[in-house]
Amino acid sequence: MPASKLLSLAEAIARFVPDGSSVALGTALESLIPFAAGRELIRQRKRSLTLIGPISDILFDQIIGGGCASKVRAAWAGNVITGSGYCFRRAVESGSLEVEDHSNLTIAMALRAGAMGVPFMPTRTALGSGLYETNASLREFACPFTGDAVTAVAAITPDVAIVHVQRADEYGNAHAWGNLGVTREACLASKHIIITAEEIAPPEIISSDPNRVVTPGFRVSAVAHVPWGAHPSPVPGHYNRDHQAFIDYQRDSRTLEAFAAWQARWVDSGDDYPALLGEARMASLKIKTRALAEVVDYGY
Amino acid sequence: MGIEVKGEGMGKGMGEGTPRPYTQPELMVAAAAREISDGNVVFVGMRLPLLGFQLAKSTHAPNAVGVYELGIIRDSAAPEPILTMGDLPNLYRAQWLADTADVMGLLQQGIVDVSFIGGAQVDRFGNLNTTYIGGAQNIEMRLPGSGGACDLASLAKRHIIIMAHEKRRFVPKVDYITSPGYGNGAGWRDRVGLPRGGPSTVITTLGVLRFDSATKEMMLVSVHPGVTVDQVLDSTGWPLRVSSEVVTTPAPTPSELATLRRFDPEGYWTSERTAV
Repeated sequence: MPASKLLSLAEAIARFVPDGSSVALGTALESLIPFAAGRELIRQRKRSLTLIGPISDILFDQIIGGGCASKVRAAWAGNVITGSGYCFRRAVESGSLEVEDHSNLTIAMALRAGAMGVPFMPTRTALGSGLYETNASLREFACPFTGDAVTAVAAITPDVAIVHVQRADEYGNAHAWGNLGVTREACLASKHIIITAEEIAPPEIISSDPNRVVTPGFRVSAVAHVPWGAHPSPVPGHYNRDHQAFIDYQRDSRTLEAFAAWQARWVDSGDDYPALLGEARMASLKIKTRALAEVVDYGY
Repeated sequence: MGIEVKGEGMGKGMGEGTPRPYTQPELMVAAAAREISDGNVVFVGMRLPLLGFQLAKSTHAPNAVGVYELGIIRDSAAPEPILTMGDLPNLYRAQWLADTADVMGLLQQGIVDVSFIGGAQVDRFGNLNTTYIGGAQNIEMRLPGSGGACDLASLAKRHIIIMAHEKRRFVPKVDYITSPGYGNGAGWRDRVGLPRGGPSTVITTLGVLRFDSATKEMMLVSVHPGVTVDQVLDSTGWPLRVSSEVVTTPAPTPSELATLRRFDPEGYWTSERTAV
């Protein structure tokens, strides 16, 4: 058996996300967002990170508010159900944050190019758009076969991808289900992968269903057991989206003072997040209608 | 997607003082749903379009297929109300749960009939800005950015824009093109190499606009009940062309309203104060 990769979240972040790292996060878009890892980046006062992802909902806004990021390579940063991300806005408007403006398709192709080990991927999106003004990773070129105009998207190879999943074994083999966004590409493109998991499962549970494995375990650097690690985003099979948390965050991020109070309460008060959330709130988010899949047979 | 407009200015202009049995967002969602034909492959965006697809699917377009950028394909309405496309009811018995690149591939192949996007700033040729007010070199306000909107505007057979109708948002030329419309007019999309498409319709808080087939310029074709053509002209930052036959946008029917309220029982997206 290989060595266990099980670490505390704090240890995983301390060891594999040094200051200045490029970090892919929020790769499943609205669900499975690694919010606990984001809070740990803030708690450890990481600096000069480059954040990579498609939309991330409010995760990027929080990490930017915590002063951890100097650059964002993403398609969108805000609060999905309320609009603007105020920390992101303040940072861009004051000139303290560099942004490379992607679309969801160009960020997917950038990570896929990284995953495939090629310098770029072609796509037909974004031609004629302003994205070319504010994203040096996009170049127009003529297709060598048809001569058609095509957008080349340069590969992105993050230093680390942080991915939240339903269950993983201690060796880095992980099951994720639901919509996966750009998760597979992001993992394969990254030098290190940190898995945060709702449950740590025996290896035989994971290996019983290899189609559900999100990325090969031998590529994973660390696994951390983090129940409620994606709250307030939803995790299929575990809990629903906590809409109120996103509505509250709009208020809690509107000014620097409000954000400082949010950080003091939700980040710097400690890492026992379930206790902060409270039993009543967790109970209100639990899955109410079970929907189990049929068992499949991998026999021989 | 809305910006800074929650509770501000909404509900004005549409038959103020006249009681009506529906809200402004409900009227807009119903108008959006009518843009979906039965059997269409629909790329569904954030916010009001989530409801527009659910409404169309439950009424006149039972065979429509919904495609969502986070990697979901649905051929049934979600069984419970959702506020985002990633809410778990939207995953329940989906036709396919997959990757963003998979669904973007369908879009890029050209088999998505219609898509919906919101905007903060739009111009006379339907170019949309959801990134930089003031432009990238002179940032007055940073907005969230493209998400999938640039892709939907670049690659769907057609796209529909849903937004608040205000003079500061309807400008002669956008400060930054997040999602390409018809650029500077007819022929532009071909010249820059976009494979197809363009905006077909703009559904606003005041009316419905389409694009002249020859010039690709936006044109008012319908005003919402209680709104005058002059009001629309006053809320548009260029001399807007007006169709010779402006009609009144049909009000949502009682059965459409009943269906909509089932999908948004608390009025998160469809109360009178909701930002568009």
